[in-house]
Amino acid sequence: MDQFVILCFAVVNSIALLALISLGLAVIFGMMRVINFAHGEFIMLGGYATVIANHAGVNLWLSMFVVSPMVVGLIGAVAERLIIRRLYGHLVTTMLATWGLSLFLIGAVTAIFGNTTLGVSAPLGNITIGAYSIGAYQLFLIAVTALLVVCSLLALHWTKYGLIARAAMQNAEMAATLGVDCDRVYATTFIIGAATSGLAGALLAPISGVLPHMGAAYVARAFVTVISGGGALITGFLSAATILGPVEALLSYFATPVVGQASLLLLAVIILRLFPTGVSSLWTGGR
Amino acid sequence: MSGFPILATRGLVKRFGGVAAVDGVDLVVDAGEIRCLIGPNGAGKSTLFKCLTHQHQPTSGHVLFEGRDLQGLPTHLIARRGIAIKNQIPSIYANLDVRENIRLATLRRKLTKRELDRAVDLVLAEIGFDNLLAERPAATLSHAHRQWCELGMLLASDPRLALLDEPTAGMTREEMLRTVDIIKRLNATATVIVVEHDLEFIARLAQKVTVLHRGKVLVEDSMERIEANETVRDIYLGRKKDAAYAEG
Ligand SMILES: Nc1ncnc2c1ncn2[C@@H]1O[C@H](COP(=O)(O)OP(=O)(O)OP(=O)(O)O)[C@@H](O)[C@H]1O
Ligand SMILES: [Mg+2]
Repeated sequence: MDQFVILCFAVVNSIALLALISLGLAVIFGMMRVINFAHGEFIMLGGYATVIANHAGVNLWLSMFVVSPMVVGLIGAVAERLIIRRLYGHLVTTMLATWGLSLFLIGAVTAIFGNTTLGVSAPLGNITIGAYSIGAYQLFLIAVTALLVVCSLLALHWTKYGLIARAAMQNAEMAATLGVDCDRVYATTFIIGAATSGLAGALLAPISGVLPHMGAAYVARAFVTVISGGGALITGFLSAATILGPVEALLSYFATPVVGQASLLLLAVIILRLFPTGVSSLWTGGR
Repeated sequence: MSGFPILATRGLVKRFGGVAAVDGVDLVVDAGEIRCLIGPNGAGKSTLFKCLTHQHQPTSGHVLFEGRDLQGLPTHLIARRGIAIKNQIPSIYANLDVRENIRLATLRRKLTKRELDRAVDLVLAEIGFDNLLAERPAATLSHAHRQWCELGMLLASDPRLALLDEPTAGMTREEMLRTVDIIKRLNATATVIVVEHDLEFIARLAQKVTVLHRGKVLVEDSMERIEANETVRDIYLGRKKDAAYAEG
């Protein structure tokens, strides 16, 4: 029984983790069709911002929920101005440019903070279930992720900004004839996506620590989740996370984490064979 | 703003490669008019419209809206100044429902949320959509309803000048008549320029008709005089009527 609870927890945790590391990427890719190869580095920078701020005496929660999103959002704003905006519509060039950005960010962080792991200790302590114990902080992470997803859905479907963003995403020229400043919508979207990735990195810092190269550990899984999710912005990557997460968690548990991650990639390949435009084409009719 | 025509173009030219789709158009439209723009296929009507909204950047020439040159303004700022367009290709958001489509068009207006809701309801009534229709994704609408939804978006944006590119294309006569009423309602608050091929539609709406041919203004007159004009008959109406005789 205890083992079953722990297993359930691992499954939910794995889904939440995939969703958390994918949300920022899903926003940027889903709305702008920009493939941001620096996504992993936005996560990394979010982690660093929290660790550095916390070491400098800023309250941990404040560092995570305010400092990191602001810092990474700001970096996103600069990147949008200097790179992304100039390359809209050039998918491959944008990929290369953001890859360059990712290398630059890794190099800069290594030069400033060194190639060593920094960390903050996980707050909130442990919860014991029979012979097992799980970190209360991980439960907290699951809750925050759920909240982030719900807020994104509400923002997209119930706010004026969400309506404008969906319109700009579907047809920019038409949106412009209705008075929508699409450049501004794109810039805002990119900044929100970056800030969200920054927050994800901040939330992960107490668990994983921070390292200049840490982005690589997340970026592949985030891409796989977003691509297999397909066109529907939030529900797409969420359903992909719900399919992929349990497989990864269970195989990691019964075999090894490497088998878990390998099977995640394999399953994604199968999904994309069955639904070339992602699982969400099931309910959006491929649009 | 009085003293200026609401719209004036000066030597407007749009070239695609070597082809001048719009070739030196001087068009003057007074506030409050319903102007019909006619001309055979490829005359440059749609291109002229898109130059007015800067969906196409004019190659040369000027567009003056309420006396002010629009040069250099991006499309969204022209829209905010009060020029609304229904393009020839259906332009509604297929994935959004009718109400969301219309709400989008209201956003350029500085209204409170309450006022916006009321404006959307009013427009839905004006285009004759009940609640059931209003909640439907635009993709599931019939052809005529899509066109009306677009007209609803124009009404909702409360423009100073509305450009309508073939608003009755593919409609039955009944549907066309209903569209005439909607456009008359639009004209109560906005100047309207409408591109059409349907002669009955034009006769019911237009005070003045401008004929465009090969990117140039050929004549500008009342519908009766245009119909009597030999050159126009040759290049446009004649051909159209011959086709109608041939069919019926
Ligand atoms: N984007 C474009 N690129 C190149 N040529 C174009 C483009 N748009 C229009 N043209 C050309 O410009 C000319 C005018 O086209 P336009 O669509 O303005 O005519 P129209 O009067 O609206 O015709 P219709 O009655 O068929 O709608 C045509 O010769 C057309 O082929
Ligand atoms: Mg046309």
